[in-house]
This record gives sequence, structure tokens and C-alpha cells, in this order.
Amino acid sequence: MNSQTLVEIRDVNFAYERRPVLKGINMTFPKGKVIAIMGGSGCGKTTLFRLIGGALKPTKGEIRIDGHAIHKLDQSGLYEMRRKMGVLFQFGALFTDMSVFDNVAFQMREHTDLTEEIIRDLVMMKLHAVGLRGTHHLMPAELSGGMARRVALARTVALDPMLILYDEPFAGLDPISLTVVGQLIRKLNDALGATSVVVTHDVQESLKIVDYIYFIADGVIVAEGTPDEIRASDKPFVRQFVYGEMDGPVPFHYPGGDYKQDLGVAA
Amino acid sequence: MTIQETIRAIGSRTVNAVWRMGYATRFFVMTLFYSGPSFRRFHLTIKEMFSSGVMSLIIILVAGTFVGMVLGLQGYETLKRYGSESALGSLVALSLVRELGPVLAALLFASRAGSAMTAEIGLMKATEQIAAMEMMAVNPIARVVAPRFWAGVISMPLLAALFSAMGVFGGYVVGVVLIGVDEGSFWSQMQSSVDLVHDVMNGVIKSFVFGLAVTAISLFEGYDAPPTAEGVSGATTRTVVQSSLAILILDFILTAFMFRGA
Repeated sequence: MNSQTLVEIRDVNFAYERRPVLKGINMTFPKGKVIAIMGGSGCGKTTLFRLIGGALKPTKGEIRIDGHAIHKLDQSGLYEMRRKMGVLFQFGALFTDMSVFDNVAFQMREHTDLTEEIIRDLVMMKLHAVGLRGTHHLMPAELSGGMARRVALARTVALDPMLILYDEPFAGLDPISLTVVGQLIRKLNDALGATSVVVTHDVQESLKIVDYIYFIADGVIVAEGTPDEIRASDKPFVRQFVYGEMDGPVPFHYPGGDYKQDLGVAA
Repeated sequence: MTIQETIRAIGSRTVNAVWRMGYATRFFVMTLFYSGPSFRRFHLTIKEMFSSGVMSLIIILVAGTFVGMVLGLQGYETLKRYGSESALGSLVALSLVRELGPVLAALLFASRAGSAMTAEIGLMKATEQIAAMEMMAVNPIARVVAPRFWAGVISMPLLAALFSAMGVFGGYVVGVVLIGVDEGSFWSQMQSSVDLVHDVMNGVIKSFVFGLAVTAISLFEGYDAPPTAEGVSGATTRTVVQSSLAILILDFILTAFMFRGA
């Protein structure tokens, strides 16, 4: 494993019972980069996200993070590794019984012996970084969707992780919030010197902020490259995905019987 | 349905039931195993005691008072037939301390706090809060489940005691203040017939066991709930039904051991 590589995925296969979801995936995430994993719904990208986080174990192949095979770690080893990781869930997953301040302070209180004064300063700095210092006293229910995502982002980077995983960070956001969250992902990654993995199907926003993109379809990598390479790609799948074409390699119609027969007008 | 299909369906249900029982047992053992932080960081347990115990106080106090008042009325009517109205204090106190206090308080606790625990943990799961905690290297059994478990176990005997106390007060109001039973005999009969170890302690043991059962069921159902609206609502219903049955069955078993021949 190259010293400049933080995550290495080698020949990873995964199946839910007998249904294969990922087939022979190979990826490399260099340190300091923002990587996007894209694909349509049900293509296996969230499964890959969970494999990287150690929530699932591959049926074949290996995933190494900072030199450690994450699927071979015991619970204490896995928790040790997760302390160096930050995960942003699709809708933020803020703890609804805690204030914004307590959400961001959560990991600091759980994993460090910092005094409350220092925790307060750190939380305020994290909230300031996402532009929401003034919301520290609010409860998650009092935040808009975009604000909740930004608070969750502050919580994700609370302990300055080396690897940040984002699961559909742009889902359900208005255009302004979407741009704000996108820019924050890039800026926080660069400021922390971290490596970020963004699992998403939002092409346009991702192309603006990431360094490299992997496209997954039917459990395999169908395309990869830098944003410029992806924009210039003439692969039918990439073109359909990037330009949102209705029909193509991903068919508009779900497989079914004969249309005329279904309508009862067959000869 | 053919005979084969029927046998297969029965087999499948049996296997699922045994599997679920094993899973519930493992969950309970894990909760005990990861209970350290609930005591080392006791403020976590105190916070949950507020939610499950303090927030149940109103319903427990009101229900206890009215149950005691009904006992006072019914007891007086029955005892009057035998000319034993003076024993009203004994009847009210023994009924509450031995039986009605622990059982009714536990049933109310299951409906109010147990269902809330299930819904809260089920929704935490549905909104990925439990998964987020796992990804932050924080064990949700230790951080979320165990403090709620011990909060329920500690709160339940206290609530049952308050229920009984309010019941005695309700019986006093109806029997002594409204009907006119002699106040001295009401309290002295109660004092002479209620035994600290045999009656009060056994009532405390009962309410402790009920608290353990209700809290364990509530937490397991929440943690095991499918992460959907239907899943959480089903789990909440199961909590109330299973807890109520468990309380009544355990009550019979405990009563048989504690008061046989007494």
C-alpha cells in the first residue's frame, strides 16, 4: 500500500444472502483528496459506504484503511479506527434529544478528557466553520433541513478525522443549501488535511467539488476519472447519468410482459 | 394450504420464535455487560430517570389516589356486613402494598414510560441515530440502552411505593373523612397488620421484578423494531401487550412464592 494512499479496496465482493451487490470492486483513495462514488439507486454505493465504515464485511476481497484491514478488526480495533473517521448520514442523524451544542460536543465528551471550557471553545469553532455558531442553543427540531445537515457536518469533523464519509449529503436540499454543503465538504477536507468519500447521485454538485469519481452500476465500476474526464466521456452510461437522459443503458421501463397483452388489445 | 405447507409454516414460526428469544436474551446479557457507564456516569441514568420516572409521577399519583378511594368505598361496604369497619385501614394498606400498588403501577409504567422508551429507541434507529453512534465508536447499548434500563429498574419500586402511599391517602379520605370510620382504628389496625418484611419488602421485590421485565421488554422491542413507521408502531403495541401479560404472570408466580400459607 502506497504511503500516499489512505483507503485501498481490492477485489471486493459483497452479497446479501445469495443476491450479489458488489462484484470485484477496486478503488484507491489518496490522502487529502475528495472522492465521489456515484450511481443510481440500488447500484450498491451505500453498501460500499457501509463496507468502508466497517458496518459490513466483504464476502471476498479486502478493504484497508491507513494500512489496517477494517473487516478483520475486532470491536475494540474497529472502534479505535472509527475514532479517526467521521460519518455524515443522509439526513444528518442528529440526536434529537440533545441541543445543537451537545450534538457537536458528543464525541468530545465520549472520547476525550477535555474540560467543559475547552469543549465549549472547540464546539463554537466547529459551528462557526459551518456558519451556525448562533444556533448552539437550538434543538434539532428547530433547524431547517440544510441547517441540520451543516450541524451534522460540524459534528462529523468534531475530532478532526483523517477520513470523512458522506452518505448522500445533498439529498433533499434546496439549491442554496446544496451549494453551501458542497463547498463546506471541500473546504473542511482541505483545512483538516483529511480524505473525503462522498457517496451521492448528485452529479452536477459533485463535479464542482471532487477530485476523482467512480461510477458504479450493477455492482461493478463502469467508469472513473477526474471531473473533466467525466464531463468529456462518451460512455453511454456516463452521458446518461451526467446529462440526466431518460433512456439509455439504464432503461426507463422496468422489465415487464408484453404491453399490448397487458392492455388486453393483443391480436 | 396443504399439510406440508402447514407444517412448514408452523416450523418456520417456531424457529423464528426461538431465534427471537435467543436474540432477546443476548440483548439482555449485553445490556448487563455494558452497564458500567450507567453507574460511572450516573448523570446519564438520572436523566433517564427523569424521563421514565418523574414524567410518570402525575399518572401514578392520580391513579393511586383513585384506586385507594375505590378500595375505601368497596372495602367499607363489604366490611360493614361483618361489622368490621374498623379493619378498613388494614384492608386498604395490605391490598395496596402487597398487590395493587406494584401491579397497577407497573401496568401504568408500561403504558406510559415503556411505550415511550420503545418509540424513542425505534425512532432513533429509523433516523439512523443508533447507526451514527456506532460510527462514532460509541456503543449504543452502553450509551442508550443501559442507562434507560437501570433508570426503569430504579424508578419502578419508587413509583409503586408512591402509588401505594397515595392509595392509602385515598382510602383515608373516603373511609375516615367522608364515611366516618374511626380515625384511630383506621391507622392502628393498619400499623398492627402490615409487616415490614412480609408485606412491604415483598411488594418492593415485586415492583423491582416488574420494573426489570417492563424495561427489558420495552428496550428490546425498540432496539429490534423495523426502521419504519409501521415497525415502530407495531413494536410500541407489542411492548404494552407483552409487558402487561408479563406483569400479571410474574405477579401470580411471585405471589405464590411469597404469600402461600400466609
